[in-house]
Amino acid sequence: MDLITPNIGLAFWTLLVFMLLLFILTKFAWKPILGAVKAREKNISESLELAVKTKAEMAALHAQNENLLKETLAQRDEIVRDAKETATKMVEDAKSVSKIEAEKIIISARQAIEAEKASAISEIRSQVADLSVQIAEKIIRKELSSDDKQKALASDLAQDINLN
Amino acid sequence: MVLKNAIKSIVLSVMTLFSVTVAHAGHGAKEEAEFQVVETIMHHIKDAHEWHVLGDITFNLPIILLDNGIKSFSSAEFYHGVVKTDSITGNHYTVATGKGLGYAMFHEKIYKTDANGELRFEKDHVKNAKPYDFSITKNTTSLLMGSIIILLIMFSTAKFYKKNGAIAPRGIAGFIEPLIIFVRDDIAKDSIDIHKYHRFVPYLLTIFFFILINNITGLIPLFGANLTGNIAVTVVLASLTLLVTVFSGNKNYWRHIFATPGVPVPLLIIMMPIEVIGIFTKPFALTVRLFANITAGHIIILSLISIIFINKSAAWGFLSVPMALFISVLEILVAFLQAYLFTMLSALFIGAAVEEAH
Repeated sequence: MDLITPNIGLAFWTLLVFMLLLFILTKFAWKPILGAVKAREKNISESLELAVKTKAEMAALHAQNENLLKETLAQRDEIVRDAKETATKMVEDAKSVSKIEAEKIIISARQAIEAEKASAISEIRSQVADLSVQIAEKIIRKELSSDDKQKALASDLAQDINLN
Repeated sequence: MVLKNAIKSIVLSVMTLFSVTVAHAGHGAKEEAEFQVVETIMHHIKDAHEWHVLGDITFNLPIILLDNGIKSFSSAEFYHGVVKTDSITGNHYTVATGKGLGYAMFHEKIYKTDANGELRFEKDHVKNAKPYDFSITKNTTSLLMGSIIILLIMFSTAKFYKKNGAIAPRGIAGFIEPLIIFVRDDIAKDSIDIHKYHRFVPYLLTIFFFILINNITGLIPLFGANLTGNIAVTVVLASLTLLVTVFSGNKNYWRHIFATPGVPVPLLIIMMPIEVIGIFTKPFALTVRLFANITAGHIIILSLISIIFINKSAAWGFLSVPMALFISVLEILVAFLQAYLFTMLSALFIGAAVEEAH
């Protein structure tokens, strides 16, 4: 019976000590400890959230970079294509200009040649005419050196005239 | 004989929870003849007004009596007092001398002596009046020491966070923090409404560590007292849980007790008393569970060690010491388990009291 009869003295001391413990521990231990633990938990959860956010941001940045790269590549291709086109055009332009120039040169050369040719021909003609006259003079002198010959010539000429 | 006594005392002290006074002054010869196993064990698990550590090392604790004012003197007045024997029943008791004059002690209970300075017996019960005994007993001393240990542990834990801020716990904080978080999350948060549990966490933490630390100090050889195995302590703790439950009980809780929704009126007449009794049976179960578990553990260890003295042969130590060691280790588990159960059930009762209708 003794064992299961609560002793008032011990009950009193237990109550007193427990209440004091409850008060002191709540004020000086549980609140600071739980506060620190909570602060740390908050810190950890915030850090995790930040990590997730940063990851998303990184992914976005990566995608952006890739887009930028793609755009840049496209731009580069365009520039290269443009440059090629320009170059081709320039070459073609140059070609056509030079062709025209060449044609002009050819034409003027031809004209000059024609003119030279004409003057040469006319000179040749005059020389040929001179020579012909000299030759004719010489022949005539020879032909007309005797009477027989003068008569034969006259008859030949007369014959030619008749034929005409 | 003296050597035998000393060895007996040492073995018991080291292997059991606190030392035994096999040979009391005055009737050593009788005890020597027969080892009183039940008396020895009961002596150990009950409270005492002195702290017997080992052999002749005994601390006399202060006696505080409330009897027409406060009377305070050393328990040495009893333990070194006059031993008297009741002529009819043959019971031995000690009458205090010096400042304790007018009081006598029988089986660690203090009574007022009659005009002749004697106690009157009726079988084994003393008929004399008893003063209110607020003495700093062995259990009270253990209570104070346990509290100091709790304060030291918790202050150094709190200091760790104050010094280092909210970092990962190391040292003592690394050991204590998981327990605190366990009480907060797995006991309080799981049993009590999520919006209300904060209020009860300090109480639950205090009760958890109070029971845990005192359970463990009770297991320390030589210094351990059977504090949490004392019904006065468990009654107080369970009553506090009862008070917290009753005073935090909301409308919904009381409606469930006095007018359970959906129960017809004739049935309510039967239900109501049952529900009201239920308010008290819950803390009663808490009281008995803790008291019985801890006391039982102490009794088992003491019984196993007593095998040596019952058989009067140290050879039995090869059997009883390993078994006592095994039970001691088991008791450490029980120390945690009972602290957890008491806290868990307190949280459940509080949780039921603050639960909203759904």
